[in-house]
Amino acid sequence: MEKMKIKIDNRVVEVEEGTTILEAARKIDIDIPTLCYMNLGDMGIEHKPGGCRICVVEVEGRRNLAPSCATDCHDGMEVKTHSIRVLNARRTVMELMLSDHPFECLTCAKSGNCDLQSMAIKFGIREVPYEGEKSTYKPDTSPSILRDMDKCIMCRRCEKMCNEVQTVGVLSGINRGFESVVAPAFERNLDHSECTYCGQCVAVCPTAALTEVDHTNQVLRALADPTKTVVVQTAPAVRAALGEEFGMEPGTLVTGKMVAALKQLEFDYVFDTDFAADLTIMEEGAEILGRLGKFLSGDKSVKLPVLTSCCPGWVNFFEYHFSDMLDIPSTARSPQQMFGAIAKTYFAEKIKKDRKDMVVVSIMPCVAKKYECTREEFATDNNPDVDFSISTRELANLIKRANIDFNKLPDEEFDGPMGESTGASVIFGTTGGVIEAATRSAYEMHTGKKLEKVDFDQLRGMEGIREATVDFDGFPLKIGIAHGLGNARKLLEDIRAGKSEFHAIEIMACPGGCIGGGGQPLHHGNSAILKARQKAIYQEDAGKPIRKSHENPSIIKLYEDFLGEPMSEKAHHLLHTRYFGRARQIVIETDVKEE
Amino acid sequence: MHLLVCGGTGCHASASNQLLENLKQEVADKDLAGEIQVISTGCFGFCEKGPIVKIIPDNTFYTEVKPDDATEIVQEHVIKGRQVKRLLYTDPVKKTVISESKDMGFYKKQLRIALRNCGFINPEDIDEYIAADGYIALGNVLTEMSPEEATKVMIDSGLRGRGGGGFPTGVKWDIARKVESGQKYVVCNADEGDPGAFMDRSILEGDPHSVIEAMAINGYCIGADKGLVYIRAEYPLAIERLKIALDQAREYGLLGEDIFGTGFNFDIEIRYGAGAFVCGEETALIHSMEGHRGEPTFKPPFPAQSGYLGKPTNVNNVETFANIPVIYNKGAKWFASIGTEKSKGTKVFALAGKINNVGLIEVPMGTTLREVIFEIGGGIKDGKKFKAVQTGGPSGGCLTEKHLDTPIDFDNLLESGSMMGSGGMIVMDEDDCMVSVARFYLDFTVEESCGKCTPCRVGNKRLYELLEVISKGNGTHAELDKLRNLSEVIKDTSLCGLGQTSPNPVLSTMDNFWDEYLTHIEDKRCPAGQCKDLIRYEVIEENCVGCTACARNCPVNCISGERKEIHYIDQSLCIKCGACFDKCKFNAISVS
Repeated sequence: MEKMKIKIDNRVVEVEEGTTILEAARKIDIDIPTLCYMNLGDMGIEHKPGGCRICVVEVEGRRNLAPSCATDCHDGMEVKTHSIRVLNARRTVMELMLSDHPFECLTCAKSGNCDLQSMAIKFGIREVPYEGEKSTYKPDTSPSILRDMDKCIMCRRCEKMCNEVQTVGVLSGINRGFESVVAPAFERNLDHSECTYCGQCVAVCPTAALTEVDHTNQVLRALADPTKTVVVQTAPAVRAALGEEFGMEPGTLVTGKMVAALKQLEFDYVFDTDFAADLTIMEEGAEILGRLGKFLSGDKSVKLPVLTSCCPGWVNFFEYHFSDMLDIPSTARSPQQMFGAIAKTYFAEKIKKDRKDMVVVSIMPCVAKKYECTREEFATDNNPDVDFSISTRELANLIKRANIDFNKLPDEEFDGPMGESTGASVIFGTTGGVIEAATRSAYEMHTGKKLEKVDFDQLRGMEGIREATVDFDGFPLKIGIAHGLGNARKLLEDIRAGKSEFHAIEIMACPGGCIGGGGQPLHHGNSAILKARQKAIYQEDAGKPIRKSHENPSIIKLYEDFLGEPMSEKAHHLLHTRYFGRARQIVIETDVKEE
Repeated sequence: MHLLVCGGTGCHASASNQLLENLKQEVADKDLAGEIQVISTGCFGFCEKGPIVKIIPDNTFYTEVKPDDATEIVQEHVIKGRQVKRLLYTDPVKKTVISESKDMGFYKKQLRIALRNCGFINPEDIDEYIAADGYIALGNVLTEMSPEEATKVMIDSGLRGRGGGGFPTGVKWDIARKVESGQKYVVCNADEGDPGAFMDRSILEGDPHSVIEAMAINGYCIGADKGLVYIRAEYPLAIERLKIALDQAREYGLLGEDIFGTGFNFDIEIRYGAGAFVCGEETALIHSMEGHRGEPTFKPPFPAQSGYLGKPTNVNNVETFANIPVIYNKGAKWFASIGTEKSKGTKVFALAGKINNVGLIEVPMGTTLREVIFEIGGGIKDGKKFKAVQTGGPSGGCLTEKHLDTPIDFDNLLESGSMMGSGGMIVMDEDDCMVSVARFYLDFTVEESCGKCTPCRVGNKRLYELLEVISKGNGTHAELDKLRNLSEVIKDTSLCGLGQTSPNPVLSTMDNFWDEYLTHIEDKRCPAGQCKDLIRYEVIEENCVGCTACARNCPVNCISGERKEIHYIDQSLCIKCGACFDKCKFNAISVS
């Protein structure tokens, strides 16, 4: 790489060819404000459309100002980042953006967590001199995501995530000029599109244009209803991120405080989705081994690889885009739904309650889970197995609304029996975790030997697609891992083309897995936060006394008392599901007027 | 004898195709089909006086010919050799009758290079193009020059891009030539979108082969075997003629494989644009061709490095291409001898607005605005006073009296606060309000902005709204300050050429007509009487005879008065449409 010297604000910095002005400036701690720019370096996701024009700088010899995020350095370049000309331009651009933004900060879902608001504070905006028409759009609500495009600033980050990272292709810029907006094709609603509800658009939206559908009030109403027994489950990735909402360092584990807070909120039973994750391993592990055994014995009716099915965004994705391959994913329900099914049967019997008098709430790092719990197949007599799913961010809101001083809470323990879990279930929260948990149990079930080393380092990491071979006592089990739907698509296309050699593949829709879910505290473009959460997850696993799902005593008891054995008829009924090809439905529904 | 009938869009709209049929019929009826050829040509440029019929070899130039005139033309001119005097052009000033186009003010100062074949050959017949030295340049380039040598001819000619940017064409080719890649593309930008501009359309309608030939030469120079013409779908005639030309060129082996037996392959595909102005910007154009949303991306990378489908791509505009075959035939030196120091050759302009000779003209660079407007254009309509000329399309600026003697070239126009653009030229007279003019152009850019960058998306909208406030009489000095600051920031921060130039109409009218802005905000008055909210129609009592014409024509019935009595206008109901003013024969309505 060729080195070059450039001068920024009279300071010399040496950079490599291909470095942008923004990167060069950050190298010497010169702050250039950015808004549309986003760089999730560890995920290989960089977005620099040069659209917002907030990061403009003055480059000697250039006619107009240059967007520093998209302009490469050249040798001898001289840059000014805060000349009067630059400051006036940035401020004017900011004022223009605000002139087309509803002034609802006090009541806005993103208040205090909004990149636009932070920028307005940074610029010291006290009035907006440019008045005029404001964009108005009909709010679009779906089971998971709320679109309020009045608040869109056209940073197009959502588009980047939806099209390039996730390859879902639902969101794109439509219309022209002042009317332009990011929307599904023909400005139809999200629930008429092939949206998977993965929520990555929500995770990167700088304003409240894209937010999760808020279910906190429903939860509060259930809690206030004396006739209801309210059971809560918390997903593994929540405990590794919730602390951020209360000013803690990313990667701080707050399992005990979270339980304490939920108890203060007066949930009747505070349980753990991790319990259901252990249950998932029992079912999915058995299914993998069953299919593998049949396959190896030459049964042609069995297909490999087995794909994990815990992630509802991923399930939506293959139902839309790979409806010819619905027999490949495991039929095991997601931990959220397994939990709901067991809570409203086994546990309901235990506490002698009718399912109609029970409310199951899940705390998820995810917005697709909201959609998942509305799926018809997960309800009995119109009573859903999981009533409400709220995100990590919504839980933080509930805690704040209840005036609970989260940071000072003493650690408390989950309730039994559905609060007991193993280290294997905790790692469900990160990419690679589900398959590692499955490997731990499947190894012992398959070989009958005790696994000496439970950490499978070869399955861990952050690369988008990973592969590893695990020695199953002489049998090389080939494992694939993909996170991010774009990466999943690549593995799926290989399978479709008959090129895949994997026996089992783990797929999570969100980059990083659930730790990077659409319902997590916002990372604001800092991918180090995701890494810290991942570290915390593995730390929780390492600290658990039991680290293999099939050794969870409460799980063993559940099978003894209620389910029989994995893949039993009862287990099938309660813990497995089927998939629906949905691609064609969308085409039929198209209602574009041709007159 | 040849009867050339203009088949350009303007004349087409005035039934020139019926005229063509009638002439053919007439010639056939008189049994003259063997002697007389009736040919539909491309645009003559003199659209104001269309449909045009030109008779070769005596060069008689008939104007405003109607289908019914066919009989007389054949009977009198063709058979008896007598000109049809009533169809000849009369000079509006000298009142003399002129029979040959070369003696007409409109054509005298023109030099036609890009338009050389328009109005001269049948665009649907490749033989006519070949007869006019067509495809000689391609043959010579392919058989006698290396790509490097051929590119050097372009560099030496000094030709600059005619689409608006004015980037040296040869240099552009050279950059694309030097990039190594297995696949490269040549793209012809025919997404002409300036209001009132129709030069590219006329070239494609009148001389499509010159563009095809030039694209093939371009392909040879940079090492591309594929060309694409991006043309707006609402140019059906241009598309039709281009398709015919492409088929004929393929049939003659001038496109396809092993052209002239040299082993060089080149073919051209047509891509249709949906009529977005911003798709004239080359990166937006490329994205649109790729099937993506037509919006620009930041340069670099330039298309020469990464263009269509990520491959090196050279994009030139139609008019640029049309110049190229002649440059090879007559030499770079010849071309470089025409024009000014930094702008070589000629430029085609679409003359429009309050000017006598509306039409398409081509003049050498360095011709002054005065020559164009008063000699070629025949001066201002109805003897009114010249006020301003807007060059460069919607993002150009308004130039005034003091700029009239400026020689037109890329740099002079920029320096005067306007630009060459693709060559629109709209002339305004004393009745035009400059605030309204600025608002009109902003209305266009607000519609046509792609919406990608904030200053263009929101900024232009706010500029438009500020102008609206001023033209309603609600403006203050604060609005003028905002107008200037906003204009400058939009220019300084926008992503592509559209936003970087869209405030030009505002800035140039503020610079050149500051007093008019002041009158709007201080006196709440519109001197040109165009801003409806600032004007009043009133009855001049001493002139009113009570004819009731105004009252009968008022669309909102706000004028009252009995026959033979003085009428009154109810100001609270008046919508300021001006119907009363137009209908009054007694000068009894005043505008203030």
